[in-house]
Formats: sequence, structure tokens, C-alpha cells
Amino acid sequence: MKDLVGLFPYWAVALLMMTGLYIVIAQGNLVKKLIGLGIFQVSVFVLYIAMGVVSGGTPPILETGFVTYSNPLPSVLILTAIVVGVATLAVGLALAVRIRESFGTVEEDELLPLTEPEAPADAEPHA
Amino acid sequence: MSAGEILDLARRLLGEGLLGLGALAVLVGAIGLLRLPDFYTRAHAGGVTDTAGAISMLTGLALLAPDPLVSLKLLIVLAVSLFASPTSCHALARAAFRSGHRPALHGNRLPPAAPGE
Amino acid sequence: MIGLLAALAAIAVAVAFMRDLLVVAMLSSIFSFACCALFVLFDAPDVAFTEACIGAGVSTVLTLAALRLTGRQERRSGRPATAIAAMVATVCGLALVYGSLDLPRFGDPRAPANGHVAPHYLTRSEGEIGIPNVVTSVLGSYRGYDTLGETVVVFTAALGVLLLIGGAQARPGKRGEAPARADRDVVLRAIATLFVPMTLFLAPYVQFHGAYSPGGGFQAGAILGGALILYGLVFGVERLNRLVPEAVLRVIATLGVLTYGGTGLVTLALGKGFLDYDAFGTRPVGQQIGLTVIELGVFMTVGAVMTLLFQRFAGRGEA
Repeated sequence: MKDLVGLFPYWAVALLMMTGLYIVIAQGNLVKKLIGLGIFQVSVFVLYIAMGVVSGGTPPILETGFVTYSNPLPSVLILTAIVVGVATLAVGLALAVRIRESFGTVEEDELLPLTEPEAPADAEPHA
Repeated sequence: MSAGEILDLARRLLGEGLLGLGALAVLVGAIGLLRLPDFYTRAHAGGVTDTAGAISMLTGLALLAPDPLVSLKLLIVLAVSLFASPTSCHALARAAFRSGHRPALHGNRLPPAAPGE
Repeated sequence: MIGLLAALAAIAVAVAFMRDLLVVAMLSSIFSFACCALFVLFDAPDVAFTEACIGAGVSTVLTLAALRLTGRQERRSGRPATAIAAMVATVCGLALVYGSLDLPRFGDPRAPANGHVAPHYLTRSEGEIGIPNVVTSVLGSYRGYDTLGETVVVFTAALGVLLLIGGAQARPGKRGEAPARADRDVVLRAIATLFVPMTLFLAPYVQFHGAYSPGGGFQAGAILGGALILYGLVFGVERLNRLVPEAVLRVIATLGVLTYGGTGLVTLALGKGFLDYDAFGTRPVGQQIGLTVIELGVFMTVGAVMTLLFQRFAGRGEA
């Protein structure tokens, strides 16, 4: 049962990830999907940072009097990931705005019939 | 106990008491946010969190801080927060008013549902 | 920690069930901010800083600007796929929990993630680069190539948005937007007049103090972008466009990426490897010179891109 305490953050992250995944798969609105993707991303960040924690350590800023530091490497990776996340969010939102302007809706259910290729008009066999 | 120890004890007690008061204020604000009937009254509840809660907690933390520089930084954070939080509350209320939401007056009658509710 | 994680779970579930997208945007902002508090608890103040600036700040503004154009309500139809999606998510979650049983326990100092390279950075950074903030030294020097890629990604996103959402258009009669009269915005204008210069001062401080405390180019760029976005929100996008014209921002963003990549080319020309700051002098001085130059490039690009994104989204009228 000691494992429960040691693994509990990872299980919480799994729950957050799956909620984000559910939003991306099941919800129809494109902007909502992007937000769900954002939730998924941030929960992955929490996972990485949680794996870098060293019990009894301090933030990785060298200071006299401290010996144990937490891992700096996940911080670096996640810094990059956060900025990339907002970049992809911006492009996704721009696409959603353009889709709204072209088709009049950002609901996936209403978009799919609009984007299907039209059936060929003539059915008469060529002589 | 020497004077220094008494002062230290007083500082710790006062700091922790203020933290407790601040936590209580935040709780009151949260209950108000959930229970009050109208948007504008709920904005008032949020304001309680911003002012009473923030002042108590940050002053308590400043008293409990190990380093005078940390206390000064906390008080500066408090000053900035006292400018920023009521402004955002004002911006919210102003946006609600400009989009047509009106406060419930004359008893408990709520305004007609604003577009989007 | 348990309280924060529980709050995060509650917010995520609430986002899944809410239909008003304005509420969803606000909830996602609160989610980012709660994660920021969690990062502070997990000894990662740099990440918390960046998440607060970019995740809770810029992301929310962009989402709200896009919602203004795409509509506020989500129309929910009873899709049968919802149950299947819930089942898929549950199965995946259980698989993740099963996989997590093999992971090292939370906070274990002997975990493989905390071995190998990390102690090398922590012990050698003082002598080789000489700045206290190990995260900045790893970001800028040991893993500088990755950061170049990140800066280019930000720039590419700006390119994408610039291509998708066109520039200044003639907007005939914006529907549903009350004309902003100066005498009605007194409180906001007064506070913004106080806050915008203060935030503009904060950005270079965070930039240069990033070597000694949490901070650095990305956070500083986001803060600069945030200050200009605040100006644009309170005084209007037209005034922001006059203050910092888009053409200027495009040049600054490009110069930022060129500064970063150019530093690598300069080190090549001086006989060392790409982005090997030993070309600028002996350690640690040469490393610090290289770090300062590339952080400046990052600052220019991120700040200009954040403002550009806001200008494009907010300036797009409803057709």
C-alpha cells in the first residue's frame, strides 16, 4: 500500500490525460477539441515534472547550503513543450476561424456532410 | 523568555492567525460564489476573496517569511494584486452590463435570460 | 498536492461536460494556473513561470479571440460515438495505470530519470557555464539546439497564422460591438496606464535575471507580449497596430530567429561546432556570451509572435 502514495500522482495524470483524450475524440466542436488537446498536453507536462522530483530536493538553482537538487532536465523539456503547445493552439484556432468563415460552422457533425465529395452527376454510360 | 523570543512568538502567532483568517475569507467567498443568485452579487463574493482573502494571507505570509527581502516582495505582490484584482472584477461586470445582463432588482426576480444562458 | 490534483481532475471533467465555450475557456485558464501551482510544488519554478505566462495568459487570450469569431455555444447532438469514446478512454486509462506500476516511485532519487545526464549538469554547470540557474544553462547551452528548434516552431506558427488569417481588412459595420467611447473606460484606462509600463519593465528584468532565478527568454517574451496585449485590449487593436505596426513585429520575429541561428553559423565560422560557445572565449565567459545572445534572439521572436497572433485574431472582423 506504500505504492499507492508513491504512484498516486501518475494515476491522477492518467485520469487527466484520458479526460483530455475523451474531449478530443467525443466532442464535436473544433475549438472544444483544441482545448481538450491542451488539457491532454498539460497533463503530460505534469507527468514529466512529477518524474523529475527528488524528495528532499530544492529547485535546480545552485545556492550555497543546498546539496540535493531536483532534476533540471524535465524542466527544460517541458519549457520547450509549453511554447510548442501554444504555437500549435494558435495555428489550430486560426484553422477553426477559417473553417467557420468558409462553411459557417465549427461543429464536426455539420462539417462532415459539407466536405464530402459530390456524387458524379451523369450516370449514363458513354457510348 | 527574552524580548526577542516574545517578539518572534508574537510574529508567528499573528502570521498564522492572519493565514487562517485569509483561508476563512476565501472559503466565504467560494460559498458566496456558489450560493448567491445573480451575476453581480457573485462578483461581490469574488471581490471578498480578492481583498480580505489576499490582504490577510499575504500579510500573514510576509510576517512568517524568514528573510526581510521576501517579506518586502510579498507586500509588493499584495500591492499589485490590490490594483489588478478589483480592475478585473470591474471589467467583468462592465462586460456583463454592456452585453445586456441587468441586475435582479425588486425582490428575488431574476432578469430575463441573457443570450447564451 | 492531493488537493491540487483533485481540483485539476474536477476542472477537466467540468470542461468535458460544459457547453458554453466561454466558460470552457475560463476553466482551461484556471486549469493552467492550477498546474502552475503544482509545478511550484514539484520544484520546477521555471516551468511554473512559463505555464503561467503562456498557458494561463496567452493561450486564454487567443482562445477568447477565436471564440469571438467562431461562436460561443457548442451544439451537442446525441452521437453514439460518445459511449465508444468513453470506453476507449477508460481502457487506455486502465492500461496507463497498469503501466505505471513499473515506474519508479514519486520522488525516488535513484530513478533512472534522475541519473546519467542530470547529475552531470548539476555538478558541471557551475564550472563550465557559471550561472546558478541550471535550467537556463541546460536550455541555452547543453541543449541549445533543441531551443533553436523551439524558437523556429514559434516562428513557423506565426507564419501559419499570418497566412491563414489575413492582414488588415476593411470591416464593414461590425455587428454587436458597441463603439468604445473614451469616457466610459476610465477605470480600465487608468489601471492599464499604470500596468503596461510596469509589465514592460518586468520583461527585460526576467530576461536578464533568468540566469540567477527562474526566468529567461521565453518567459520574458511572453510577458512583453502580454503587456502589449493588455494595451490592445484596453485601448483598442487599432491603437496597438499604430504603436507597434505589424511590419515591425514581423521583422523583429525574423531577426530573433536569425540571431539564434546566426550565432550557430558564427561559431561555425570561428572554427568550432554549430552553437559551440567555446568559439566566443574560454569557459565560462564564452558560454555566458553565447547564452546572452541566444536568449535575446528568443526574447525578440517570442515577444513579437505573441503580439502578432493577438493582432491578427483580434483584428479579424466578423464577415
